[in-house]
Amino acid sequence: MSIEPSVSVQSGRIDIAAVTAELALSGDVGGVVTFAGYCRSEDGKLAALELEHYPGMAEKEIGRIAKQAAERWPLLAAKVIHRYGKIAPGEEIVLVACASAHRAAAFEAAEFLMDFLKSRAPFWKREHLIDGTVGGWVEAKHEDDTALERWR
Amino acid sequence: MKLVYFAWIKDRIGLAEEEVELPAGIITVKDLLRWLRGRGAHYEAALQAPEVIRVAIDQEHADHSDPISGAREIALFPPMTGG
Repeated sequence: MSIEPSVSVQSGRIDIAAVTAELALSGDVGGVVTFAGYCRSEDGKLAALELEHYPGMAEKEIGRIAKQAAERWPLLAAKVIHRYGKIAPGEEIVLVACASAHRAAAFEAAEFLMDFLKSRAPFWKREHLIDGTVGGWVEAKHEDDTALERWR
Repeated sequence: MKLVYFAWIKDRIGLAEEEVELPAGIITVKDLLRWLRGRGAHYEAALQAPEVIRVAIDQEHADHSDPISGAREIALFPPMTGG
């Protein structure tokens, strides 16, 4: 039986330390791997990133990806939190946290989760610039699709 | 059927969502995209490169060749850029 991953899609900040501590609570956990993605300032040009999402599908799709990770690696706990709305440079956008008895499973599962989140979770970034203008929608990177190939 | 749009597809069409009555003969996602393009300049601007458009049927990713009969909600959006 694989574990039931926890998924949250929220506008509020993510308390990374609290999530890490919570995942380690069971006593069987030997390692927690966390990946946090942050908003860059793009050399000071960016005031914020606006994250649009598809409510309902965002939670479901992240849940489907996390469930696949839990079936593929012996995880003891997994949590994914993705933010939406306006996010300032230096703030976190996403957190993936995976706990396992030994580190390899947690490392691999966290990377798998991020690779699939990037190209399958329904979120779109738009730039808000410091001069007050709204920039364009961020273009998807081809590398994000090719990153999935190695998990086949 | 409910159609929902995101990111620059929403901007170009000028709507976040709408209810549509599909004419007969619209079987697949590809048919739907072709029909929508013919609804006016805004739709044409949003869907002029249909091959880049991603689609979800009832909140699950779908291919352009998938049938749409029985769908309650179809979403059109550009490639995703979250994470």
